[in-house]
Amino acid sequence: MPIGLAAALFTSMLFGSENLVKFSDESLRIRYQTLITELRCPKCQNQNLADSNAPISQDLREEIQRMLEQQMSNREIKQHLTSRYSDFILYRPDVNKTTYLLWGSPLAILMIGLLIAVRLNRRNRIHAGSLDKTEVDQESRIAEILKSGEDDK
Amino acid sequence: MNRLALFLPLALFAVLTIVLLLGLDKDPAELPSALVGEPFPAFTLPSLYDANRSLDERNIAGEVVLVNVWATWCFACRIEHVMLNQLAEQGVKVIGLNYKDNREAAIDWLKERGDPYVFSIFDEQGRLGIDLGVYGAPETYLLDAMGTIRHRRVGVVDDRVWDSEFRDLYAQLMADKR
Repeated sequence: MPIGLAAALFTSMLFGSENLVKFSDESLRIRYQTLITELRCPKCQNQNLADSNAPISQDLREEIQRMLEQQMSNREIKQHLTSRYSDFILYRPDVNKTTYLLWGSPLAILMIGLLIAVRLNRRNRIHAGSLDKTEVDQESRIAEILKSGEDDK
Repeated sequence: MNRLALFLPLALFAVLTIVLLLGLDKDPAELPSALVGEPFPAFTLPSLYDANRSLDERNIAGEVVLVNVWATWCFACRIEHVMLNQLAEQGVKVIGLNYKDNREAAIDWLKERGDPYVFSIFDEQGRLGIDLGVYGAPETYLLDAMGTIRHRRVGVVDDRVWDSEFRDLYAQLMADKR
């Protein structure tokens, strides 16, 4: 049992070290992780570069590592890749003429929803108001009748 | 309430149906071509046959050419190879970009199946591939005499694709050159 455990640990160490990416500065690693989770594998439909095992993703991860070491900003790196692989590669694309619908539609739908809510609310309030009016009428009539009853006494 | 407003859900449904129907014909795996209209990226890479012979973008410019990304590990390239041989026979200049491949295997492949390429660039690391936005082989680029990328095809170029996407543009570019 302990041998099995040791063997399991050893193999997991082997696999762990195989994928280790080396950076001159550890702060680059955080940016690297952010970038590879935010960028999409061009070959696979719904995987980011971090998850994908496709050869092209490995190449692009290396490319990103190289660009990070060259002190390029995240913006420059994304620009570098979109000029080759188009906006497809961005999971969070910029707002431009092909993506305004993508970014705008949730806002537009929210606005429509709010508009409908406001209108429905206003209509209900008008109804409520008219109910109050009949109630007031009824109450004043009751008061009148009661008053006339008192006068009869 | 306005009676027309009652038809609003139906109208919305109709619009949604049309949008989704149009979407059915689109291939979600196809990337928009970022490099069409741009010059072919600069590179310095060895030739496939001769590791000491260095090639760069100047070797490509000056002629209307096809640049074909291929590899021995790419199954569809086998099918495409026949078409490329035919095109080369017809006088179309085809330049090979051997992508992330093994040099010996690639040379053997060309010996066995014929070599349609004027020359093949040997891109072992796939660096030029990244600059081109290659995400799979085969891919084929049509370049004008200025070295500008005019068309890109991801996937096999066969008779149908050549007729519908390349032939007219190729003829036009050849005419422009004269």
